[in-house]
Amino acid sequence: MAGAIAKVTAAAQSVESLDDQKPVGPEAVKLILQVNGKRHEVEVEPRVTLLDVLRNRLQLTGAKEVCDRGTCGACTVLVNGQPVYSCMKLAVEMRAQEITTVEGIGDSLTPIQRAFVECDALMCGYCTPGFVMSLTALFRTKQDPTLEEIKKACSGNLCRCGTYPHIFRAAQRVAESGSSKT
Amino acid sequence: MSGWPKNPKQLGKEHLRIDGPVKVSGSARFASDMQPVGWLYGMILRSPWPAARIRAIDLRPALSLPGIRAAVTANDPPFTVRYCGEELAAVAGLSKQACLDALSAIKVNADPLPFVVEEEAALRDTTPRVFENQPNAGEPREMQTGEVDAAFRTADKTVEGFFQTQVQLHHCLETHGNTVQVTPDEITCWASTQGISSVRDGLADNMGMPLDKVHVMSEFMGGGFGSKFGAGIEGGLAARLSKEAGGLPVRLMLTRFDEALAVGNRPSSFQKVRLGARKDGTLVAYELETFGTAGYASGGGTAGGGGGAGFPAPYIYRVPNTRVRQTTVAINAGSARAMRAPGHPQASFGMESIVDEMALALGMDPVELRIKNDPSEIRRQQYQIAAERFSWNAKYHSPGSSEGPVKAGIGCAGATWGGSGQGSEAEVRINPDGTVEVRCGTQDLGTGTKTLIAIVAAEMFALDPAAISVRIGDTTFPPSGGSGGSTTAASVAPAVFDACQNALADLASASGMSDPTGSNWRSATARLRINPIVARGRWKEGLSSRGVGGVQMAEVEVDTETGFIRVKRIVCVQDCGLVVNRLASVSQINGGIILGIGFALYEERILDGQTGVVLNPNFETYKLPGAADVPEIDVILQ
Repeated sequence: MAGAIAKVTAAAQSVESLDDQKPVGPEAVKLILQVNGKRHEVEVEPRVTLLDVLRNRLQLTGAKEVCDRGTCGACTVLVNGQPVYSCMKLAVEMRAQEITTVEGIGDSLTPIQRAFVECDALMCGYCTPGFVMSLTALFRTKQDPTLEEIKKACSGNLCRCGTYPHIFRAAQRVAESGSSKT
Repeated sequence: MSGWPKNPKQLGKEHLRIDGPVKVSGSARFASDMQPVGWLYGMILRSPWPAARIRAIDLRPALSLPGIRAAVTANDPPFTVRYCGEELAAVAGLSKQACLDALSAIKVNADPLPFVVEEEAALRDTTPRVFENQPNAGEPREMQTGEVDAAFRTADKTVEGFFQTQVQLHHCLETHGNTVQVTPDEITCWASTQGISSVRDGLADNMGMPLDKVHVMSEFMGGGFGSKFGAGIEGGLAARLSKEAGGLPVRLMLTRFDEALAVGNRPSSFQKVRLGARKDGTLVAYELETFGTAGYASGGGTAGGGGGAGFPAPYIYRVPNTRVRQTTVAINAGSARAMRAPGHPQASFGMESIVDEMALALGMDPVELRIKNDPSEIRRQQYQIAAERFSWNAKYHSPGSSEGPVKAGIGCAGATWGGSGQGSEAEVRINPDGTVEVRCGTQDLGTGTKTLIAIVAAEMFALDPAAISVRIGDTTFPPSGGSGGSTTAASVAPAVFDACQNALADLASASGMSDPTGSNWRSATARLRINPIVARGRWKEGLSSRGVGGVQMAEVEVDTETGFIRVKRIVCVQDCGLVVNRLASVSQINGGIILGIGFALYEERILDGQTGVVLNPNFETYKLPGAADVPEIDVILQ
């Protein structure tokens, strides 16, 4: 038993030294979050997710809470350019990370957003920001993805209205036009 | 103009959604996005028991927690709960975390009761009853035409089958719920709903408020599929919490888990079918005995309910001698609600399956057998159009004949639905600067209703749809009724047509121009003084009809060693009456096909017989179709 505790303590210390952070909570802690190029100071309990902070503290409601357990992609945002489920990240993990939400990907509609409108790649629209973010991440790494790569990029997003064929078409249109500066 | 134009400029063309930009940019505000000043989070405590007598509920430990502003019970104890997930109490607080803590602090004193969650078991007299004073199985619904037994005796071929369909969940991505503010003077509600008027009526009734003091809005909503009529129990609880919290607004949206328990589903079916035919393929005798469950209330206890587990039989076919016996059995589970063509997928699955069995027994092509027996002229043509597009004749071979473990298969089926229009109203405003506003108290479920209104007005005024401002989803607008049963387009479009006609007559008279449309628009409207033209219109006969038909053909691959099924291609030929927006219509059909693939291959609510709980209330275990599951879909709109 003592050995196990020692191991846990060692692990905690190594995390601490890596992160240069003291363990926090359970009470609310102050955080600086960098979202869409702006600094936000929030005070949240460590159990609060990034999604909760974005939606309910910062009023960035483009990311949606649908499953709240990393299975549907409606809450997808970019963290340092990578698509992540914001419901699966704690806000306290997000210090010193660059967060981009659908509200922050462009001053006007991006090529993928325009293609969504032009191809009717949305119905009720609730999953739409999540798909837009997953595909935004894809096009930032690859200008001309194949249909298979497009489907793979969307494989973590669910749409109950069944918009998929038009979403694929929208992404293919961007891939073909080569105007995917997102 | 007495009817739709013969040579339309806008109707039936491909139009982009006028609300596309706000949806792709994340700025569309849904009920779940609303954050009025002072808003509180709301959450519901649900029964962990499939059946229990609730003796007492102590809310005090919850109310004493920091951040909690209100708590209410769902009913005054003692009361009985009849499914796992039934509402016990609700809390409102400053954060989700405060509410979660509060829910676990509520003390519930309950006596668990015996329960039953399996349909076959519930049919037996010895199993526990869902309602003490009535048997679980309702009175069977029986129908008979002709001489069934004699017809079976004279049939050249008789086939039998047992077909089962499972309970399917709606799983709208925006969960059920509302943001509600109740002050002593009025109620304001942002609802995720298919019917703003029924939400208004429900809240008024629940809170004892006159209708004119209740204002419900739903500009955007994240999917309903038949399950979002009325304020729901969650709406009533949110309203009571708001009142209890001194009039602060409460946003109470269900969790994903809640969605699997309490807000509707498609009933199950267990169908024993027998079909008789002559050698030439003419169907002569049909017998169906089926039972299924629509949950504890047998589908009757909910607004827009599916009305039990029955379905049309023998579906689209006309067989001269039929005997049908359908039973709905109650179990301790959440009640069914209308779900995308209620009854029809179950009906189609059983009937089309036995028709395929008959084709095999007769050695007849399944398409040929259907064309021979389908009473609809439209569908008979559709089978031919679909067969050509699909290359049916080249692809069809007798079952089991493909080489190797991965088998190819093709299938076909026909469908129908009622639809039709009803009494919607609309208002058109033409401003002196030439701008146009259309108001209608309907709601857009993602079907493109807003855009449809713009297209109709643009057609009537010879303007561009982008020039029309459309305002919907507000109970202060002209009433339009709920959006269900494929009635919205057929209700709203004629009302907008009528309002535009009336507005044009007024504009002609005010401007002195006989034709103020199109290129004359600006000069005609410039002659208006301060007041705009405001004209009302209402739904009228002759601009919509009912009864649509469609045919689909599917190509699948089945790995007979692993059981893995891949849908490769679907061809759909669909008649849906007057097509207003071709692009959005195709989107709708794609969506119906994909939801159907989910029903056929992936989706099933699973209840545990030992504990009565739903075992798969999330998307890891209840599988919705995803990107990898979508085949090539080819839609031909007639």
